[in-house]
Amino acid sequence: MTTTVATVSEETGAPYTLSHLDALESEAVHIFREVAGEFERPVILFSGGKDSIVMLHLALKAFAPATIPFSLLHVDTGHNFPEVLQYRDRTVAEHNLRLHVASVQDYIDRGVLRERPDGTRNPLQTVPLTEKIQTEKFDAVFGGGRRDEEKARAKERVFSLRDEFSQWDPRRQRPELWQLYNGRHAPGEHVRVFPLSNWTELDVWQYIAREGIELPQIYFAHEREVFQRAGMWLTAGEWGGPRDGETVEKRLVRYRTVGDMSCTGAVDSDATTLEAVITEIAASRLTERGATRADDKMSEAAMEDRKREGYF
Amino acid sequence: MSTTTELTETTLLRFATAGSVDDGKSTLVGRLLHDSKSVLTDQLEAVQRASASRGQEGPDLALLTDGLRAEREQGITIDVAYRYFATPRRRFILADTPGHVQYTRNMVTGASTAELTVILVDARNGVVEQTRRHAAIAALLRVPHVVLAVNKMDLVAYEEQVFARIAEEFTAYASELGVPEITAIPISALAGDNVVEPSANMDWYGGPTFLEHLESVPVSHDLAHCHARLPVQYVIRPQTAEHPDYRGYAGQIAAGTFRVGDSVTVLPSGRTTKVTGIDLLGKPVEAAHTPQSVTLLLEDDIDISRGDLLVPSKDAPATTQDIEATVCHVADQPLTVGHRVLLKHGTRTVKAIVKDIPSRLTLDDLSLHPHPGQLVANDIGRVKVRTAQALPVDSYADSRRTGSFILIDPADGTTLTAGMVGESFASPEPVKDEAEDDGWDF
Repeated sequence: MTTTVATVSEETGAPYTLSHLDALESEAVHIFREVAGEFERPVILFSGGKDSIVMLHLALKAFAPATIPFSLLHVDTGHNFPEVLQYRDRTVAEHNLRLHVASVQDYIDRGVLRERPDGTRNPLQTVPLTEKIQTEKFDAVFGGGRRDEEKARAKERVFSLRDEFSQWDPRRQRPELWQLYNGRHAPGEHVRVFPLSNWTELDVWQYIAREGIELPQIYFAHEREVFQRAGMWLTAGEWGGPRDGETVEKRLVRYRTVGDMSCTGAVDSDATTLEAVITEIAASRLTERGATRADDKMSEAAMEDRKREGYF
Repeated sequence: MSTTTELTETTLLRFATAGSVDDGKSTLVGRLLHDSKSVLTDQLEAVQRASASRGQEGPDLALLTDGLRAEREQGITIDVAYRYFATPRRRFILADTPGHVQYTRNMVTGASTAELTVILVDARNGVVEQTRRHAAIAALLRVPHVVLAVNKMDLVAYEEQVFARIAEEFTAYASELGVPEITAIPISALAGDNVVEPSANMDWYGGPTFLEHLESVPVSHDLAHCHARLPVQYVIRPQTAEHPDYRGYAGQIAAGTFRVGDSVTVLPSGRTTKVTGIDLLGKPVEAAHTPQSVTLLLEDDIDISRGDLLVPSKDAPATTQDIEATVCHVADQPLTVGHRVLLKHGTRTVKAIVKDIPSRLTLDDLSLHPHPGQLVANDIGRVKVRTAQALPVDSYADSRRTGSFILIDPADGTTLTAGMVGESFASPEPVKDEAEDDGWDF
């Protein structure tokens, strides 16, 4: 990989430039440290997906050589990829972190949430997430959301105030000026914080490659039993697939995002290395959500509507 | 134009757009995203679906950028959105700001982090009130580079004289305001002339295309003239067997350079010590520069906490409890004399009171309205603030990071006002009494 890093010219005081990855990294670290300095109980949403893995990596760098002053929160849909759960538990143990789990399955078992007819559990995450935030009194919740993912997210602030019901009101957002983030909130309210706001999917992958960050294997091409539904390759499993008329076949695939198995599709790919993945993404004519997320296709404003209710 | 397939790390340019409602801003943004292949198939399909379901014939590219339900329903942009695209030479963050006058605060928001602002004019109309307003805000925010994009050249027969006249008028006006660098480019966003590809219709134009200019404008920091500044964000103390005595002061360098061995002063306490080490996210370095996030290790174990400012001992700013600034009011509730607020400067938030509002700027003609009594949303004016503790402030002209602040409503946390410390732009000499001055320096 060719790397043109920061150029400091020979003469002192000459112009100095950061590479785009260094600039994004520095900005994200600044955001983590602002939260550590201003909030009582911050938590990092950690799904075991690439964005949350990069967030955790940045947090570790921000407070080195000390440990990070945040715990982790995983919203467990009950339909997770086993490789991702293993990765999560390994990471928590390795860095001596504290993990909170909000479980969708628990809510379904208790009769508080009802399984949807389509079997998709992604929209069901909102209630366990927001209740966990309230009961644990988290006042800052880091999410790996990026503005390039979706047009409603493009309107999202780095510090995003949520009311006591975790609701987002896009018309009442605080303007964000310079690097002066405003984290003031009333008791019961909290702030969602997005340190990767200005990163694109390609930036995330380039950074993973540069930093040598380990990922769950489902991000790389592997043979997997899948079936087709709504134009996506879904993994067969106990969550409710395949149904009648859907046939399972073995294909060489990988995942671009990690979410609930019921709505996260795989893409055909032979990219087994980071370099191959980056080349593939750079050439792709589909966004990661367009390619692999069923929940975003429900309506034109699906993301905005879910975010208003408290989704991350 | 191809997408970034090389794994090269490039540089990052943050820029903002400004323009009136019908001057073709959405088309320019759409053209940039489209021609740099940043609009992907599924996004375009979604736009086509939405346009068709609304009975429109072609795809409405504004739907790419108007992301909220309310925006799509009303067909207007109501808020800043950030967009991302890349070429093999550079990565871009575009703050796409609504152009209408009532959204001055949005342009201020976008321009506060921008290194370049694009001001669009319609070639048929030339420099209008709104253009002057945008130039004034760019000057006020001290955006280093301004591009005048003279759009719709196809509608004036691609005539050189039309472009030359507009460019000359704008350059004279903007230079007077103190805009340091102005580049004028004749384009047609609709036809694609000089946006990404050079135009065959304007062979009289010898300059770069719009994208070439964005790719080549310098984003480097000239550190020779910068005061070094580090607002302390957080104190890192591992207290582990491996690092029993580590005590580091973490922050993002707001300006200039710090080197191991530098004598530094802690403000506001005024204590002095030496830099014994600099950690750049876990690895030691000899020197670090803005905007790197670092951790400084110091020789003496003195009392330093979040909110303090580390500066070179030979180049320390004065501390003061009386701050005079140009502000843009960004909240719906007004700012009045006597208002008790919080002021966030760097990493420090202190109580403050609005002592005086000497003047308000009328953006239409840049005239000055003395003692307006209050500032309402989108107003720009001069404000005097008294803070509960002394703050080390720089002039905004010297440092955008340590010369800026925000005012916050202590009751509900609303961000009220964006402030820029010191004399305003285009004041040839300091104005002694604004109330008696009928010029437009404010």
